[in-house]
Amino acid sequence: MATATVAHHDEAAHEHHEHHDNFITKYIFTQDHKMIGKQFLITGMFWAIIGGFLSILFRLQLGFPEMSMEFLRPLLGGWIDESGALDPNFYLALVTMHGTIMVFFVLTAGLSGTFSNYLIPLQIGARDMASGFMNMLSYWFFFLSGVIMFISLFIKTGPAGGGWVVYPPLSALEQAIPGSGLGMTLWLIAMTFFIASSLLGGINYITTVINLRTKGMSFSRLPLTIWAFFLTAVIGLLSFPVLFAAALLLVFDRSFGTSFYLSDIYIGGEALPNTGGSPVLYQHLFWFLGHPEVYIVLLPALGITSEVIATNSRKPIFGYKAMIISMLGITILSFIVWAHHMFVSGMNPFLGSIFMFLTLIIAVPSAVKVFNYLTTLWRGNLIFTPAMLFSIGLVSFFISGGLTGIFLGNSAIDIQLHDTYFVVAHFHLVMGSASFFGLMAGVYHWFPKMFGRMMDAKLGYIHFWLTFTGVYLVFFPMHYIGIAGFPRRYYSWTNFNFADMYTDLNMFVSVAAIITFAAQFIFIFNFFYSMYRGRKATLNPWRSNTLEWTTPLYPGHGNWPGEIPTVYRWPYDYSKPGAAEDFIPQTVPLSATPESNLPHEQELVALEMEIMKDESEVLVANESKH
Amino acid sequence: MEKELKYVDMVEQPISMHPKKFALWLFMVSVVMVFAGLTSAYIVRQAEGNWLEYDLPEIFWITSGIALLSSFTLHWAYFSAKKDNFLNLKIGMGLTVLLGIAFLIGQWYSWVAMVDREVFFVGNPSGSFLYVFTGLHAAHLISGVIFLIIVLISTLRLQVHSKAMDVMEMATTYWHFLGGLWLYLFMFLLLNH
Repeated sequence: MATATVAHHDEAAHEHHEHHDNFITKYIFTQDHKMIGKQFLITGMFWAIIGGFLSILFRLQLGFPEMSMEFLRPLLGGWIDESGALDPNFYLALVTMHGTIMVFFVLTAGLSGTFSNYLIPLQIGARDMASGFMNMLSYWFFFLSGVIMFISLFIKTGPAGGGWVVYPPLSALEQAIPGSGLGMTLWLIAMTFFIASSLLGGINYITTVINLRTKGMSFSRLPLTIWAFFLTAVIGLLSFPVLFAAALLLVFDRSFGTSFYLSDIYIGGEALPNTGGSPVLYQHLFWFLGHPEVYIVLLPALGITSEVIATNSRKPIFGYKAMIISMLGITILSFIVWAHHMFVSGMNPFLGSIFMFLTLIIAVPSAVKVFNYLTTLWRGNLIFTPAMLFSIGLVSFFISGGLTGIFLGNSAIDIQLHDTYFVVAHFHLVMGSASFFGLMAGVYHWFPKMFGRMMDAKLGYIHFWLTFTGVYLVFFPMHYIGIAGFPRRYYSWTNFNFADMYTDLNMFVSVAAIITFAAQFIFIFNFFYSMYRGRKATLNPWRSNTLEWTTPLYPGHGNWPGEIPTVYRWPYDYSKPGAAEDFIPQTVPLSATPESNLPHEQELVALEMEIMKDESEVLVANESKH
Repeated sequence: MEKELKYVDMVEQPISMHPKKFALWLFMVSVVMVFAGLTSAYIVRQAEGNWLEYDLPEIFWITSGIALLSSFTLHWAYFSAKKDNFLNLKIGMGLTVLLGIAFLIGQWYSWVAMVDREVFFVGNPSGSFLYVFTGLHAAHLISGVIFLIIVLISTLRLQVHSKAMDVMEMATTYWHFLGGLWLYLFMFLLLNH
């Protein structure tokens, strides 16, 4: 079957017309990057609902510890005990699965998987990814990983319960908690498939961006979205293999009896045979992935925001090069700060201060990016589409969550704040909500391209305001709870007197969380309703410059029916003085816009004429490449 | 000036490599990262003490020789293919496949030698690491041998020649990489023992 679809692909590329795929090759085992992107999106949304729902379950426990959860028995069965309380082991499994699902399945696969797949070929002017087959494999590995993780939710001992970081020895010893049994094994298998999926995807993204750009699309003319996806893939390529190494050793410890992470452990008065291992070793390996993972999650959202803010401010992005340099800086720095997650693991304080220093340097490129977003917005002709609102929301979270990062990055303050709700508040704002808002901005912005119809803007506004206020109402109080000393992942604090005065606050957070979660169904409705009943989109509804808007309303496999357009300018020529319109697409040659050309651009026009003459003779190299 | 340069690269199609070859390089980068992770874990763990010392199996010298030799035979086959010398190409490919399998058998005997030394997979991590390094490397090497066999079959069908070198080039790159990776692991073990 694979060869059959490859043949299709070639036909689409050479003859420029779409063949009739059957249902299976069009919607299931598709090699069209656009459909694969949509598959990632829909799967990501499914997981977002599950991950969000799990968080509501444990928020109920945290906000209303005395409440009877009897009404959940039809769903949770044995995890509700006779008195109607939630099983503490299941609580641990809930937090673990919430973290795993949100970080990997929603914000890595659902965000980067969706938009890298969908936008890279469309925005660089390519017919498809470098390898459609690998791309298909990438989705199906992710799908398989999801199936295994989903099954683990329903087994008798429950899913993995050692936290999303699965630190040994807790995760390595089956007898430690029920969540370290079969659930943990399934977690490791699922993550192995997930790593394979990410690597297949990442290799494809990098190859495509470097090798398949259309004529004229130099690196200095790439939209910032593509820069972000490209660097994200580079980070993934370098860090996911290390997680694989860590997980491999953990598998050996769990199933074969080796002692990489285990040493001198007594359980029930009995000494285990394992000796000579080091649990801190796992933490080093894990966080070497774990920290870059933060940027794998965040960078695509920042790239999407750059694009959406520039388009809807009708202004060129402020500091295009500075944006690229900051993303490069973040990429490099992300690999040398991992030990700031381990300040209290007993590491040498001197080493701690080095990691603290490196960590605080990340504030510089991050601040440059924030500054550039704000200066792009400054005195722009702002158009508040839902995508624009979500992008501005992202900037807001990036600032408010980023500021607390400066505290946490400090190895002395971290002793007090480590593993408290302050940390939870910090990363849910700066990484969780910011990336989620980037994802939403992307969906609202590119929905017309994906489905040829518009999403309802009014519902979008309601969704935005409920979510935006909801996120702050949930996570802002958590800073106070954290400073007061509430540790993460605790089932209840009823044994501690100091906790009494914060019960109201926890209750408030839980109610806000439920409202925010409920608001997401407005989006789900809007998404599926608009897919079939939405207003028909025009070809370029946001009056944007990038190449994807030059494709037909329903682009076929191969994206452009004729030749791939050539690129003559950068993607941010918005409101150029002298121009008739307030945007000039990348495909418009400088010679066509003498009224708005800057003096140095005018000099290039003569040269450009020559090229256009050549072009009619020379075949576009991309065509012959397939 | 800068704009001028930008303009010049607009004239040309952006730099591009054969996408599959490029993807292979990226795959090799990810393999490097796996082993970089494992070997640095070795160093970190070794520094913490409680570390079992044992002698490395001598057979590693032989298997390293085989790995080196197989790279030569493959490169010989590669040059022969470039010159359309099909007999030498087939001999070279056949020899390389055999040497690859010999390498794997040799690595198996290194495990036997380890067991003779009473250093088992389960026990002090110092021994376990050696099993993981060799085992994971062997897993990649098996993929390399399969790749070579596929190329060997296409050489027998005369599908590899001076005008169709892509697969041959990829196989050569990957095989040299796997050989180099083994030499790195062996050096690493020699130096950190």
